[in-house]
Amino acid sequence: MEYVHLLLSALSQGAIYAPMAMGVFIAFKILNTPDLTIDGSLVFGMTVCAVVTIAGHPILALFAGTLAGGLAGLVTGFLQTKLRINAILSGILTMTGLYTINYMVLGGQSNLYLQSAELNESGSEVFVSSPTIYKMFAGLFPGIDTTAAVLILTAVIVAAVAALLCVFFKTRSGMAIRATGDNEEMVRSSSINADFSRVLGIMIANGLVALSGSLLCQQQRFADLNSGSGMLVVGLASVIIGQAMFGRRSVTLGVISAVAGSAVYRLILQLAYKINMPSYGVKLLSAVIVVIALALPLARRKLAIRKARLAAERGKNA
Amino acid sequence: MNAQLVITHLTKKFEAGTVNEKIALQDFSLEVGKGEFITILGSNGAGKSTLFNAILGKFLPDAGSILLDGEDITYRKDYKRALNIGCLYQNPLRGTAPNMTIEENLALAYTRKSTHHFFAVNRKDSAYFRELLATLELGLEDRMKTKMGLLSGGQRQAAALLMATIAKPKLLLLDEHTAALDPATAQKVLKITREIISRDNLTALMITHDMNQALAFGSRTIMMDSGRLVLDVSGEERAGMTPQKLVELFAGTAGHGLSDRTMLSV
Repeated sequence: MEYVHLLLSALSQGAIYAPMAMGVFIAFKILNTPDLTIDGSLVFGMTVCAVVTIAGHPILALFAGTLAGGLAGLVTGFLQTKLRINAILSGILTMTGLYTINYMVLGGQSNLYLQSAELNESGSEVFVSSPTIYKMFAGLFPGIDTTAAVLILTAVIVAAVAALLCVFFKTRSGMAIRATGDNEEMVRSSSINADFSRVLGIMIANGLVALSGSLLCQQQRFADLNSGSGMLVVGLASVIIGQAMFGRRSVTLGVISAVAGSAVYRLILQLAYKINMPSYGVKLLSAVIVVIALALPLARRKLAIRKARLAAERGKNA
Repeated sequence: MNAQLVITHLTKKFEAGTVNEKIALQDFSLEVGKGEFITILGSNGAGKSTLFNAILGKFLPDAGSILLDGEDITYRKDYKRALNIGCLYQNPLRGTAPNMTIEENLALAYTRKSTHHFFAVNRKDSAYFRELLATLELGLEDRMKTKMGLLSGGQRQAAALLMATIAKPKLLLLDEHTAALDPATAQKVLKITREIISRDNLTALMITHDMNQALAFGSRTIMMDSGRLVLDVSGEERAGMTPQKLVELFAGTAGHGLSDRTMLSV
């Protein structure tokens, strides 16, 4: 039973972070551009979602959070294409600026719980927790396990988003975004505004990341300014793990592998916790996973060369 | 014959006002008739590629104007011009997206003009692409789902040629598009080029370093030197032209001989 719960919680975390993995996939693999906005747009999605949820619109909050991320992407895209600022720097600038924006959205505090103060019958102030999509969903099925409810609802949302994304990448606009990351000159010669494609791609990527932030906010029932740091690496780890499982044959497979990678990454984390990894070990573990995955092809090549050399030497001695 | 491309007094200086100032185009004027196929000769640095880049809108000229089919495109954005101009470079990698399939590449190039379906790759267009690819006789019609990056240089250039001409451009620019290919493949791509141009009655400019080729292809040959037009032969004069005569004529008008590289192909 304990392992079932472990699996359930890993999967539901994996589902919540899946849109972020898809966003990282779009930025790093499709647009082929490192986008550091991601750490900031995750929190932006979270803070905007928190405020709208507290106002009493949990479903609208998801859309608002996603849109916020898209706006963050728009800024980065503008810096990259119109002002011709280096891609990495553009992301860092937006992310840095977003810290202030997020602080302001939260009303000048570093975290915000999803609750509002109301007066009860006796006139004293009590905190009422705001409704979230997960609470609403669990309310439809009395007696359902909370973790299971989170997993099911998030999985449905993620499946819908992933399907939409796969279809989009087969339309002309979607294909133009893919081509922009592949050969921008070819896109221009096909009479497509490559700058527009790039900005649209960055907006979608950051919108997805912010959707993860929004889902996370409603699941953990609070928004926190510092929850974004290192998220880029987490997303990258998910994408790389997914790619190791599915290869890199098509975009559809890429989107699916990002989702699967996110789930497997959370499973790895849960197992690490199981063998008593402290919770602050997450970031180091993610970084190590990414480094190993990136170093693997080179290590393999070196090993092959070494093998060939040894074989040649043996042949000479024989 | 009405003019398809009219270039008047086009001038471009790079790094103007510095010691490195280079006049790339100097008061360059050219009128190209509809359906005309012109070959362009000139040594390195004569301004041939600069001329193409000016027509394509890679930079804006200092003076002069470019009219395409009566429309002034001198200051139009490059991707907007690409609606009516197809271009092919020496490097086969420039014209195609390596991580997308042959079919997807063609679809992107094709849909710049055709009506958009919801999915960029659809059955009706694919049947058309298949037909087009079959005309290349490279067997690519059976590899439409293959990624472009897996093709050889010659195959990629042939595919890029299809992409450049698939939307029936008002102007086709060929910048030494067979120079990087092996001789046999180069011949094949040239043959296809000629077929497509005559089939669709395209207006085309082709840069080449091969004098025989320049005289064998198209209906008119021009030579450039230091950003100027120095020679323009067509009709009977061109029919009786040999590479040797071209060199002599060039030396007479330009005031100096041709560079070694161009001489080699005489």
